[in-house]
Amino acid sequence: MIFDAPALEYSALAPMLVIFGAAVIAVIVEAFVSARHRAPIQLAIALGAIVLSFAQVLRLRGTSTATAAVNSVVVDGPVLFMQGTILVLAFFAFLLLADTDAFAAQASAVPGSNEERTALQTGKIQTEVYPLTLFAVGGMMLFPAANDLITLFVALEVLSLPLYLMAGLSRRRRLLSQEAALKYFLLGAYSSAFFLFGAAFLYGFAGDVSLGAIHSAVAGGSSNEAFLLIGLVSLSVGLLFKVGAAPFHSWTPDVYQGAPTPITAFMAAATKVAAFGAMLRIFYVALGGAVWTWKPLITAVAILTMIVGSVIAIAQRDVKRMLAYSSIAHAGFLLTGVLALNQEGLKASLFYLASYGVSTLGAFALVTLVRDSSGEVTDLNRWVGLAKRSPAVALIFATFLLSFAGIPLTAGFIGKFTIFTAAYDSGNIAVVVAGVLSSAIAAFFYIRVIVMMFFTDAQEDTVTVTIPSLYTNITIWLAAILTIVLGVFPTPILDAIASLATFVR
Amino acid sequence: MNLLTTMGALPLLGSIFIALMPAANTKLIKQIALAISLLVAGVGISAALGFEANQSGYQYVEKYSWIPALGINYQLGVDGISLILILLSVLLVPIVIVGGWNESENGRFSVKTFYVLILILETMMIGVFAATDLFLFYVFFEAMLVPVYFLIGGYGTGARQAAAVKFLLYSLFGGLLMLASIIGIFVISGNQIGRTFDIEALSTLQIDSTTQNFLFLGFFIAFAIKAPLWPLHTWLPDAAKSATPGTSILLLGVLDKVGTFGMIRYCVELFPDAARTFTPLIITLSVISILYGAFLAIGQKDIKGLIAFTSISHFGFITLGIFAMTSQGNSGATLYMLNHGFSTAALFLTAGWMISRRGSSTIADFGGLQRVTPILAWSFFIAGMSSLALPGLSSFVSEFLVLVGTYTRYPVAAIIATFGIIMAALYILIPVQKALHGPTTPGNENLPDLNKREIVAIAPVIAIIIALGFYPKPALDVINPAAQETITKAGFSDPAPIVGGDK
Repeated sequence: MIFDAPALEYSALAPMLVIFGAAVIAVIVEAFVSARHRAPIQLAIALGAIVLSFAQVLRLRGTSTATAAVNSVVVDGPVLFMQGTILVLAFFAFLLLADTDAFAAQASAVPGSNEERTALQTGKIQTEVYPLTLFAVGGMMLFPAANDLITLFVALEVLSLPLYLMAGLSRRRRLLSQEAALKYFLLGAYSSAFFLFGAAFLYGFAGDVSLGAIHSAVAGGSSNEAFLLIGLVSLSVGLLFKVGAAPFHSWTPDVYQGAPTPITAFMAAATKVAAFGAMLRIFYVALGGAVWTWKPLITAVAILTMIVGSVIAIAQRDVKRMLAYSSIAHAGFLLTGVLALNQEGLKASLFYLASYGVSTLGAFALVTLVRDSSGEVTDLNRWVGLAKRSPAVALIFATFLLSFAGIPLTAGFIGKFTIFTAAYDSGNIAVVVAGVLSSAIAAFFYIRVIVMMFFTDAQEDTVTVTIPSLYTNITIWLAAILTIVLGVFPTPILDAIASLATFVR
Repeated sequence: MNLLTTMGALPLLGSIFIALMPAANTKLIKQIALAISLLVAGVGISAALGFEANQSGYQYVEKYSWIPALGINYQLGVDGISLILILLSVLLVPIVIVGGWNESENGRFSVKTFYVLILILETMMIGVFAATDLFLFYVFFEAMLVPVYFLIGGYGTGARQAAAVKFLLYSLFGGLLMLASIIGIFVISGNQIGRTFDIEALSTLQIDSTTQNFLFLGFFIAFAIKAPLWPLHTWLPDAAKSATPGTSILLLGVLDKVGTFGMIRYCVELFPDAARTFTPLIITLSVISILYGAFLAIGQKDIKGLIAFTSISHFGFITLGIFAMTSQGNSGATLYMLNHGFSTAALFLTAGWMISRRGSSTIADFGGLQRVTPILAWSFFIAGMSSLALPGLSSFVSEFLVLVGTYTRYPVAAIIATFGIIMAALYILIPVQKALHGPTTPGNENLPDLNKREIVAIAPVIAIIIALGFYPKPALDVINPAAQETITKAGFSDPAPIVGGDK
């Protein structure tokens, strides 16, 4: 028996191959380069890989869409846009990671042990976070490009496993961090099981794992509807968990709070792009024909997510938890784009993901700056009066909050406007009304933070704002500028999306 | 060319310039802010002089593509109604700067920030009235909240943060409801004529009555919060009590007019059928507002609260005039917006000076000011008389027009609303008597009278109030054609006068 080596279309896979290759190199660097030189080399590799990969994305932009690796990966417009978005976000995230102060010197050392102390003192600081992040980035790029259920699952695990680890790497409050990692891992494993279960049933339904085949089976009206339903629901649970939609959201606040803030920034921004990318592909490409089966379900989830996110955020006293609940509310808004199931919905979702990612990354980057002697201060009560001490930080944070709240002239507004327009266009007015009302609720807690920063006097003066390192500075300023520019002149991005936004089966 | 953009951009550029100046030299900052606002006022007046009143449609039209992917244009233009309101805005800003020369001093933020915010706000005010693209209007409508929020919360007195937040949340809530309606009409335009936000194109859409009612409500609630109409008014007294007098002038004088302006431009013109459906309800709410505002104004002990509640009553008249759907009513409402702006400005200026001299805003703390500070007292008196619509002062003309315009279609509402005038006499005359006449309250003997700067601020306001009272024709010439056009667009015609008793 002769096996023909499958044709892999390396060219179309290049953006991902570059990242995975760099990740492997980074592992080798971690093993063989001395501790002193490791961090700068790792950063250079990561940033270089991202730039190279981004160039590949740009190169592929002009070529006609293609499937690759025996039809298991598809490289079409939306995928390229999402890969580009993920790479931009990852670039900023790496700049934040460069501030290694946030990470445990040796993740394997027991918290509070002598081992940990000596590692810190002697400067034997491990930098495994770089290869981990690169693997996660690669997984995220593959996730929306996956064209069959197996590749989807592999991508899901490749992006998730490093994240579980990274959540536990915090240098300060390590127990909280490790608790977050464990929680994330257990719940994530559980949701992966659901995903796999659903994938199995969809295979049973369609007799094939490729999304195109599932589409044909749905359109053909195969007899075993029950398989379709079970598969669809289970698969949705797995995906809804990843995007942090209610009622599968409970991990979000704990993990966002416990993880080192640069990791939270990366996770909140980039994972959402990848997970929604995959979700959009599955629902638009494979399950579009069964829209009447899942529309009521996802509508209910979307409305619930918006309300849960907005309402519970009001009660939060920790800035990272507040941003976590806000991200849940935004997941609800993004689900309206999935629900729209039209060209407008896809375009709006892509824009929303990009703009939300940028603002989120910037907001978390700012959180790293507000500190006292024991590290970051995330208790909102101690953010009181921040504007007096550092007006620039308060002003930029307010900009991000206004963007989340969807005030005009920020990216968040254009995102919200386009996504609700798509939803209204598809006739789903209930979701639009729910979205508008929960936006009003959400506005309340965003504004409360602004009030705290600007209009209340500080009680104690122990919180300082550190002078950001050059890298963090670049991230924050670029994120702020992009948030405004995407709100005032969104045309270039909207045009780019319009030229790319067609899914291929 | 591009007069409107020039007018709108000037204050914005000015605010950037001021932001770059050193914060220490506050006097220079104030002078530059004043110079910019006077320049803008000059541009505004020249726009008014060049306006062809008898031409229908928008003038000074500008149109550039902004976000073509969504059919959004940067599109400006004015008709008589918006021209009058822009003129009101650009005239009030220098008056506010001169009149409240020192009110930026004791704020939470620097003096510099105050003038940056005021000038940004001026840009937004011009933009919101000049926009003829619904999306652009919404952008200005929402973005305007930010400077006002910081002006109230940063420079006000008392429970200023709570007032600022209440103002912002109310406005945002209304704004989001309006956003839902904007999305609705945008999608409908996409199905019928291709996606657009051009309000003239949008007014040609055929929308079924249920959808129209919902879309109308989204807009109307947002504007009724802004205007404010009973029962959505509760943010206003708090905001007016907490804000500095200058901010209050802009808030009540101009920003609230965005609500009534929006009712004319968007509610009535875009959704005429729905406007007709809801007219009885809105007329009822307006009458309640008139009486409720007046009634509570009588009971007010705080002078800023008094002005706030009189404004609620006056906004009731304006809304009544708009939804009477007659050309007199509509002209009267627009003229009322102009007059109310100036009489509120006069009231807040004089009240602000009284408060800063006495250190208290309770009416009972004043008394016999007529003897001590005659110029201040006379100014307050004239402002009060204008507020109660004394014949010969500007408000009288507009109130009369509103009532006449309403009577021809809704006689009962007009008659009930007339009681508002009687109550106005009470709510103005009682404080006038308490504060200005009678024996001088101990401690008030040495209060200084108005200085030159304050006289310079109040004189033009009083001059306008008297001039428009005797000769409102220039304003009405500009307003009438636009009002007529609104009524025609809404599908109404004035009821024919009934001649003779026999049928």
